[in-house]
Amino acid sequence: MSSQPSIEFEGPFQGQSGPYFGRFGGQWMPESLMGALQQVTETYEAAREDPDFVEELRGLYRDYVNRPSLLTEAPRFAADSPGVRVFLKREDLNHTGSHKINNVIGQALLARRMGKTRLIAETGAGQHGVATATAAALFGMECTVYMGEEDTRRQALNVARMQMLGAEVIPVTVGARTLKDAINEALRDWVASVDTTHYLLGTVTGPHPFPAMVRWFHSVIGEEARQQVLEQTGRLPAAVAACVGGGSNAMGLFHGFMDDPEVELYGFEAGGDGVETGRHAASITLGRTGVLHGARTYLMQDEDGQTIDSHSISAGLDYPAVGPEHAFLHDTGRATYEPVTDAECMDALLRLTRTEGIMPAIESAHALAGALRLARRWADDGLVGQDTPEGQERIIIVSLSGRGDKDVATAAAWFGLGEAEEEKDPLEEMDPGVEQ
Amino acid sequence: MTPHSKAGSALDAARAAGRTALVGYLPAGYPTIDESVEAAVQLGRNGADVIEIGLPYTDPVMDGPVIQDATTVALRNGFHTRDVFEVVHRITERTDAAVVVMTYWNLVDRMGVDEFARRLAEAGGAGLVTPDLVPEEAAEWFEASDRHGLDRVFLTAPSSSDERVALTVRSSRGFVYGVSVMGVTGARDQVSSAAESVVARAKAAGAEHVCVGLGISRPEHVAEVGRYADGAIVGTALVKALRDGGPDAVGALARELATGTAREA
Repeated sequence: MSSQPSIEFEGPFQGQSGPYFGRFGGQWMPESLMGALQQVTETYEAAREDPDFVEELRGLYRDYVNRPSLLTEAPRFAADSPGVRVFLKREDLNHTGSHKINNVIGQALLARRMGKTRLIAETGAGQHGVATATAAALFGMECTVYMGEEDTRRQALNVARMQMLGAEVIPVTVGARTLKDAINEALRDWVASVDTTHYLLGTVTGPHPFPAMVRWFHSVIGEEARQQVLEQTGRLPAAVAACVGGGSNAMGLFHGFMDDPEVELYGFEAGGDGVETGRHAASITLGRTGVLHGARTYLMQDEDGQTIDSHSISAGLDYPAVGPEHAFLHDTGRATYEPVTDAECMDALLRLTRTEGIMPAIESAHALAGALRLARRWADDGLVGQDTPEGQERIIIVSLSGRGDKDVATAAAWFGLGEAEEEKDPLEEMDPGVEQ
Repeated sequence: MTPHSKAGSALDAARAAGRTALVGYLPAGYPTIDESVEAAVQLGRNGADVIEIGLPYTDPVMDGPVIQDATTVALRNGFHTRDVFEVVHRITERTDAAVVVMTYWNLVDRMGVDEFARRLAEAGGAGLVTPDLVPEEAAEWFEASDRHGLDRVFLTAPSSSDERVALTVRSSRGFVYGVSVMGVTGARDQVSSAAESVVARAKAAGAEHVCVGLGISRPEHVAEVGRYADGAIVGTALVKALRDGGPDAVGALARELATGTAREA
């Protein structure tokens, strides 16, 4: 089912500026928004060359976001994978609890430069909405967040957080009532409000300049990780791994290693109930190209080109398309994309929580499950093993894109927890590999 | 050689008759294929010079709630992209109005641009209105529309720069769709004051025909738009009429709207 790499590209991969990434990307947008997109493009391109802007952004990253984020080794998590060392890029320790804030702070600064007084955003899991509401509070802007009705139920805690921050949260009751429909509603709002409003798109999808711009704001993830792994181990990792919905944390991490050919790049898509069931959100794995929300990319669509509803236990990955640069990296073979099922990801979530005392977001747990799969594959291929000398251990960096607080209710339901009087811990049977 | 423009001819005929052209929108397959054909025929026989047939799509970002609801119903009732050719064919057999299809681009992209264009031309369609396709992304559509003699209706908006207005006008054939207001489809009480300048700028850039859409629902709106534009596009009001009163109500509303098309000599 998975489409194969199909084009040759010599590189460099880093710093491609759009609007196109190979045959992907572009600006498939209503004419009414083209003026606004041009203004965002010009403001962004001027800002990244402006030392004052860059200094202000770096200052906020350091003093407000809590950057650089840690690179933490997870030896107990990797205990069953001899010869493999797993490092976590701790975006979960950022203010607001995920990588989303990197992009939000950047775009909010741009919005201020453009004289916009209102931010609108879509959100799935609520992380991007919370980050946007946070920036709006910080910069004294109005904020409206569109969220699929289905997701407002799954992520009620984040709805309350956004409201606490002063944002208006509008449940979207049309279409599938998830992330893609929230984007549609945000676009409809933007068409009518573009004079005062910046649409703070939360991932590396959408029309140019969003894919290149959002990647630029997140590239700090990969830049830090590369420097940190060199400092801590003296060498580059064998692979880096991240979850991919739209793909912003993955693109940020990948970007630091894009032109290190010895570093493999892995994106793990939401396999839901399994790609063969049709209930998933693995756009690249499904392998059909088309145009959605302003970009040509891989998307989940039927034979007519109608968007298929995606499914994932993770609201943040529940999106039926993927950023166009990921589509390009797939086509060139530079990055590899694989689906991870709900069940695999929840096992990995539990394992990290129980072995390292770090509770990841369900989104990030897809990357953790993928890392464990890679470690097994390397062992099967004889690349690592019990007697691997220390100098030849293979290093994986996993993007721990967010913390799991928001997912406790979902996880508790999945594992059958929350009944304090329950005599038996269901977790003991779940995963015998976890040391208690 | 520039292909003959069916939509352009329809607008010329209205102009020659001293009328503002009436352009009416209805979604294909709503509430059923047969009723959508019947409603469009009523529209054509009661005053519409151009009929715009909307292709239902899951993610219609330029549409307000009324049209979203209608296209959602059509999809739920099993409408497929290929059905639009039958709808267009059946309408053109029974009316003289030019029939253009309004579609979000992924549906055309999925079928293949040339294949879509060939089948639309075979069905008697005049061309496409493309709300999420800008000329910069339209290379395939330029080729296919030339090859099959179809009109290309691009949109121009109050926010469009002079440079972009010129690009849109150069790229369009049949007419230019002037978006009257920054917003999505939906009936509004008044025609936006921005509409006149949208038309003037497109005309200044050399547009032969400019029709104005968004927020036009009454005969007096049609009359007002007719002072400066070649045609008035009505969508949401007709869809509401179809929803509440069936094809006959569409015919009645078309007759009423047509009273606004007469021009002072």
